[in-house]
Amino acid sequence: MLQLNQIEKVFYEGTPDERKALQGVDLTLKEGDFVTVIGSNGAGKSTLLNIIAGVLFPDFGAVSIDNKEVTFIPEQKRSKWIGRVFQDPMAGTAPNMTIEENLGLALGRTKNRSILRGVNAKRREEFQELLSSIDIGLEDRLNTKVGLLSGGERQALSLLMATFTKPRILLLDEHTAALDPARQELITNITKELVKKHQLTTLMVTHQMDQAIELGNRLFMMDEGQIIFDADEEQKAGLTVEDLIQEFQKIRGKKFDNDRAVLSS
Amino acid sequence: MIDALYGALESGLIYALMALGVYLTFRVLDFPDLTVDGSFVTGGAVSAILIVNGANPFLATMLGGVAGFLAGCVTGLLHTKGNINPLLSGILMMTGLYSVNLRIMGQANIPLLNESTIFSIIGSWWESINADAILLKPFTAIGIENYAPDGFLVIISMLIVVIFIKLITDWLLQTEAGLALRATGDNIRMARSLSANTNRYIVMGLGLSNGLVGLSGALIVQYNGFSDVNLGVGMIVVGLASVIIGEGLFGTKKIVRTTLAVMLGAIVYRMIIALALRVDFVDASDMKLITSLIVIGALVIPYWWKQIKENKKRHSKRKRLNENLGANEHASTKSD
Repeated sequence: MLQLNQIEKVFYEGTPDERKALQGVDLTLKEGDFVTVIGSNGAGKSTLLNIIAGVLFPDFGAVSIDNKEVTFIPEQKRSKWIGRVFQDPMAGTAPNMTIEENLGLALGRTKNRSILRGVNAKRREEFQELLSSIDIGLEDRLNTKVGLLSGGERQALSLLMATFTKPRILLLDEHTAALDPARQELITNITKELVKKHQLTTLMVTHQMDQAIELGNRLFMMDEGQIIFDADEEQKAGLTVEDLIQEFQKIRGKKFDNDRAVLSS
Repeated sequence: MIDALYGALESGLIYALMALGVYLTFRVLDFPDLTVDGSFVTGGAVSAILIVNGANPFLATMLGGVAGFLAGCVTGLLHTKGNINPLLSGILMMTGLYSVNLRIMGQANIPLLNESTIFSIIGSWWESINADAILLKPFTAIGIENYAPDGFLVIISMLIVVIFIKLITDWLLQTEAGLALRATGDNIRMARSLSANTNRYIVMGLGLSNGLVGLSGALIVQYNGFSDVNLGVGMIVVGLASVIIGEGLFGTKKIVRTTLAVMLGAIVYRMIIALALRVDFVDASDMKLITSLIVIGALVIPYWWKQIKENKKRHSKRKRLNENLGANEHASTKSD
């Protein structure tokens, strides 16, 4: 359902700073795939997500969703099919709007926004139910401005906002990286639940190898703008962090270089 | 004195529309839009030239608003399609509009004193039903007729217009499109990731804002009895002063409250000016300086106040630390 063909992206082309962010990436996701993506800094993980989301356009290659080419469809149009959660907990919500207004805004993602009330009594009830499902006490704070929530609460809300309208593709860009360990676990669990509940096709970038192994049914390892290792469900089931590091050394002939990688939990 | 305050209330009600427009850009869209200085006059100029040429004053007023709307949209397009910085887009429009306004009016000043304006039309109906006498009754009944305004026409008619427009704005800001407009100003990256066409919302937001500003200008020229090409000089600062004073005095807890606050802010601002003018050594020409001082004060005083409070807190904590150190017989290591 998501297909990338020979994607190439170069930054600062023709200058001394030229950097090949993606070098011929091919990938095909099936409906319901939950792929985790790991790789060292500068491997091209974020660029990959940005190209799928339409924030960046590739220099070469094509992106298609549901067999429809979307390579150059701008971000705000493409996000009708794509839900996203960012690394920065502040990035996914509007701080000066209330929780219910944020949810009302997220509800408009899939359609053309009307000039009817964004939050009415019926929707408020639905929102309350939705918030109860993630069970962190937000259901009683519908009228609280989101800026007053903690980072973990905001990230949970972002996750809910990105998923409850059932996007065709969910993109998670290190969405637990900026949180403390307890919150990381909470958000990871909510992620698992929501993806399962809505059966979302998901691409999740992470720096934590154990998280990458624990979640999802498929794993990509990226390096220097290429997907160098693609583990399917069967392969992934028996995988350990050690295996991944060895695999990397075998393929690349160099040490896995990642100062931020968390090797064990 | 009391007449001056009623005068301030009347013009304050009209300027409240302009303040609401400034609120839409400065606060809701987070776009410091200086088009206001030009679009205020554009609204006035369009309505004035139409009125002297015999158009219906109500239609002329509306078209003044439409002219402001179009000016705002151009500013929005300069920023979104032309990728010009927000402040610069506004400055370019403000400067360009000065010439446009002169072209519209054909001269620097158009008197409207003997023309039929919306106030003269409503006024003749107002007199026919003897409304002033009726409205004066409650004042006479409790013996404060000396404190009653000379006439209620402008106050009542503008109150109706202002309330009507406030309700529409409140409603608009809470629609699905309104939520997306607010998100565009609050977190533009998030708005895009939720499929909001942020460029379109910026253009529409600027249009609506300047539409209100143009409408306000169209009403002011009819209230003042003339249109002048320099009417808009410093208008953006007046709008900002209204927004800041209003928010400070009346709070920003909810959208509905904030829109009321900024409109009341415009009235309070007019009253401050009216009172300032009664001070002997203050000339009318000092008003721009006073306005700037009000805005500077409203921005700086809360900031200083916060710093002073934090300093005090830090100081008392330091004192406690020193005391604790002293208690632990480390007093000799204390250094200043």
